[in-house]
Amino acid sequence: MAHELPFIAAIDEAIRLEMERDDSVLYFGQNMATTENEPYVDAFGKDRVRVTPISETAEIGMAIGAALAGFRPVVELYMAEFMLVAMDQVVNEAPRFRAMSGGQVKVPLVLKAGFGFTAGWAGQHTGTIGALFMGVPGLKVVMPSTAADAKGLMATAIRDDNPVVYLHHYLLTLEHGEVPDGEYLVPFGEAAVRREGGDVTIVATGWTVDRALGAAEQLAAEGIQAEVIDPRTLAPLDTQTILESVDKTGRLVLVDQATRHASVSTVIAGEVAEHGFSSLKAPIVQVTALDATIPYSEPLEAWVMPNEDKIVTAVQQVLGSSPVAA
Amino acid sequence: MAPPLDRDQALRLLATMWRIRLFEERAGQLKRADEVVGLVHLSVGQEAVAAAVCLQLRDDDAVYSGHRAHGHAIAKGAPLGRVLAELMGRDGGLCRGLGGSMHLVDVEHGFMGATGVVGGNIPVALGSALAARLRGDDSVTVVFFGDGAVQAGHFNETVNLATLWRLPLILVCENNGFAEFTPRSAHTNVERVSDVVAPYDIECITVDGNDAPAVWDAFGGYLAAARTGEGPFLVECLTHRLRGHYEGDPGQYREALAAAEWQERDPILRFQRQGIAEGWLADDAPPAVEAEAADAVEEAVRFAQASPFPPVELIEAMVYAHA
Repeated sequence: MAHELPFIAAIDEAIRLEMERDDSVLYFGQNMATTENEPYVDAFGKDRVRVTPISETAEIGMAIGAALAGFRPVVELYMAEFMLVAMDQVVNEAPRFRAMSGGQVKVPLVLKAGFGFTAGWAGQHTGTIGALFMGVPGLKVVMPSTAADAKGLMATAIRDDNPVVYLHHYLLTLEHGEVPDGEYLVPFGEAAVRREGGDVTIVATGWTVDRALGAAEQLAAEGIQAEVIDPRTLAPLDTQTILESVDKTGRLVLVDQATRHASVSTVIAGEVAEHGFSSLKAPIVQVTALDATIPYSEPLEAWVMPNEDKIVTAVQQVLGSSPVAA
Repeated sequence: MAPPLDRDQALRLLATMWRIRLFEERAGQLKRADEVVGLVHLSVGQEAVAAAVCLQLRDDDAVYSGHRAHGHAIAKGAPLGRVLAELMGRDGGLCRGLGGSMHLVDVEHGFMGATGVVGGNIPVALGSALAARLRGDDSVTVVFFGDGAVQAGHFNETVNLATLWRLPLILVCENNGFAEFTPRSAHTNVERVSDVVAPYDIECITVDGNDAPAVWDAFGGYLAAARTGEGPFLVECLTHRLRGHYEGDPGQYREALAAAEWQERDPILRFQRQGIAEGWLADDAPPAVEAEAADAVEEAVRFAQASPFPPVELIEAMVYAHA
């Protein structure tokens, strides 16, 4: 059975179910639990649900210490960029403890943050920085695109024995979707094929998955059948599903809202160039944000972002039906 | 002042200080002989703090430390051979050679980890203290750091939350007057670490860190209070790093102590003089304790040298924990 929920409520449902199931799950964050009526506090008490100061280093460091001591903290960071304040904890401490201790310890924690809020929130609140973290061995990076995955990937993140960066796209916050009832887990490292097609493979993440599906509809009207793949987790990354699709279609368009040089798109392009080169009938084309700080002004913001039209043009380019863009 | 420790404790304190001293000196030799290849930071001269703090702790008390951590790990119970094997990158090391000198971890003895980023795990220790509170047990978390960490944000963020939530955390600052290569006066106008934390309403004390009984006494009092759920506390230990910041540091930024002055301040010689004068160390105890420590260090060298290098398969196997 399933029920319909907005994306953000699906995440909440997973956290609540995991907190009910396992007393070791904690939830920290700024502006949480500030009134007695806060539903998490009512349900789980102020020991497990803690409001913190604006103090990301202490919040994340504390989560690491609690995780080393057997708890499973979820840290509510609101904006992915706020994690950058605590880069030492995210990059140097959490994911290195297990390896540097020779496997004596584990650090099960979830860093939950929204990202990509391209609605005039300018250069420090709109970034798509997940790929920065996929380059850190020991971190897992999750990027759901549907309400069902938002729930299932959060539950899996909380149960995982490693530090997980869980990134939810802010433009998906109120998008509704069917969500399975009760316990629901989506495994890490398994891409979802959102649409099947034999002419071209499009890989997209987060909010761009729906843009890719929209582009695929437009292309279908021209008789082009696009296969749309959503990796769902950037680390571990399911390159096998992508390579199998490219083997079938011979053509690859990569869509990523990140700046190109810090995108999952470039990583996939490298993997396919190395392991799927003989399948390719045309050069790979990437549709990413420009390597620039996201501008505030609305038309400029739109200019740097991937959209349906850019994806359609890219597909036409790899199919040789459109002139190569300058 | 009457020693706050009994004869058995005094002997264990002396033995631990000698084990650290001789281990560090031997590690320095092995570094110069290229048997220890990585970056090592020795704590010669600071042994009293490590020993007087860690010997009062239990295995279920968590200790965190920084880059100068050999002494803390040894005092907390880490076997000398496994510490040295770690410095030599061997499979028999505490961390199977994957962490090295700056990242010692010995979960079995509650030495939860050292960090190579100055002060980087002070907030991690905060989480450990929070965990003790949530479990409702009487375990205590101790974090060692130098005065160089105090100017960084993570220290202040940790003190803020630890005091706000009254967590059983004891912050032990080894103030050796130098943050890496720079004197404290070049970093801050605040001379004492205890003054830095004054506005937070944290109980703190500044002691002579080369006076082992004084450290024992100051820390022991806070530890007893932390066991009953009080906290946090800060012990600032004024000490002296006899060697450079790292092994091989030419040390041109400071003048060496005159030999006679160091004889006066050396925490081990000082403890021996005091112990014999006060009658809680037998006259012939120090040479026997020193010899025993020397034997233990040589045994550690044999263990480490005999240990193989770890297999390359370990590298990828350690990236993620698997359920």
